[in-house]
Amino acid sequence: MTVPPVLRLEAVRQQYPNGLVALDRISFEVAKSEVVAVVGPSGCGKSTLLRCVNGLEPIQSGTIALDGAIITGPGTAWSKVRQQIGLVFQNYELFPHLTVLGNLLLGPLKVQRAAKAEAQVKALALLDRVGLADRARDYPRQLSGGQKQRVAIIRALMMEPQVLLLDEITASLDPEMVREVLDVVLELAGEGMTMLIVTHEMSFARAIADRIIFIDAGRIAEQTTPEQFFTAPQTERARQFLNLFAFAPPPGHHETAGAAAVQTEESSATTSDSNSLELHE
Amino acid sequence: MELSVLRAYLPAYLQAAEATLAIAGLGLVGSTLLGLVIAVAQYFRWPGARPVTAVYVELSRNTPLVVQLFFLYYGLPKLGLVWGSGVCAVVGLTFLGGSYMAEACRSGLEAVEPHQSQSALALGLGPGPALRHVVLPQALALATPAFTANAIFLIKETSVVSIIAYPDLVYVAKDYIGNDYNTSEALALLVAFYLVILLPVSLGAAAWERRLRHAGFGD
Repeated sequence: MTVPPVLRLEAVRQQYPNGLVALDRISFEVAKSEVVAVVGPSGCGKSTLLRCVNGLEPIQSGTIALDGAIITGPGTAWSKVRQQIGLVFQNYELFPHLTVLGNLLLGPLKVQRAAKAEAQVKALALLDRVGLADRARDYPRQLSGGQKQRVAIIRALMMEPQVLLLDEITASLDPEMVREVLDVVLELAGEGMTMLIVTHEMSFARAIADRIIFIDAGRIAEQTTPEQFFTAPQTERARQFLNLFAFAPPPGHHETAGAAAVQTEESSATTSDSNSLELHE
Repeated sequence: MELSVLRAYLPAYLQAAEATLAIAGLGLVGSTLLGLVIAVAQYFRWPGARPVTAVYVELSRNTPLVVQLFFLYYGLPKLGLVWGSGVCAVVGLTFLGGSYMAEACRSGLEAVEPHQSQSALALGLGPGPALRHVVLPQALALATPAFTANAIFLIKETSVVSIIAYPDLVYVAKDYIGNDYNTSEALALLVAFYLVILLPVSLGAAAWERRLRHAGFGD
């Protein structure tokens, strides 16, 4: 008997009430302990995809299955399903009227009816793991962005989900805080946490993902290994997208910058030869 | 102004103040609950909630409390429903205040980021618990200035209930003026009693708002 994948999406189509098709023919699987990174241009439907998996956006056709059970039919017990699918938002969405500890305990106490003492021990242990043991009694407004996002991650972990969805969790952070958050995610990956990650951090996606899904205009344009995707993307759209992250000095800035010129030539392989030649001169 | 007259009137005013506070308190509780129910019904988009509450809000806001009280006290008996003046006063204040409280709650609910409730749903909370534990505490804090303004407005509105023979402060003052012609004493006591009731409410509300602002929700 084969183990069903933690997540399986089949021909998922999502259309907003205004007629805009956000996702079309999206099919993929996430196996246990696998880390899948979803990348693509802004507005391509990446975040909508995560919201569909969590039931925050309804889908119009196709199916999504969690652990082999379809969760997109009518009568889905979303409260039960969502406990299995942790979601971390771009803007943390900590509850400002509750302390850090209150944020961590809300789900376990109100949803899982856990014993308070036990849940508190678990919360403090998780806080300790992300280096915030001394902030349990603080309110979210007293934390930095990176600290808030670490709390948001462990708030999702408090429910012991089977899979964690991360929606551009470093997009609102100052650069120096990105690292502390991504380190937590890397650690989780090392422990075998199943994750579906939407990110703009290409080097992070490359380091952490077992598989890259490139979405363009609501469809999966490419699905491959990080190695393949970042060194030899198969589609023109993926090449264009990756070029956005590569910089070359402006023409004439470094007259002798041969390396940069070579890179420019490679990355703009589609532009006309005369253009490339001009850059050399 | 005769000090002895003031002293002689004091017990009756104290009793009347109690009567005023009773309908003000019950009216406040009633209108707050009614306002909350209306705001939540609109928040969850319960079927029929919009048109029904829209009719109520317009009716409540565009008729004077005096007219509402006349209807309850003199009109309802014609339909076979007889209420005492106290009940009519509380129902009238609730009917009037409910629409104002609904507006305060609605603006508070709308000021809470939709992502907050989604974040609660993502943890597995149902829509009800998400509202109760996450959205409402923030919404009510945001609605506090509107809520306290409504409370003060409603307490002052109680001053018209003597029109249906409810023995409040104004009723007693009118009584003494009519019977004894001690206009100065009766009016001085009336002003003093309203100030004693309303000043602490106003000052307390201001202090409470300052504290909430200081607590400063959000990032």
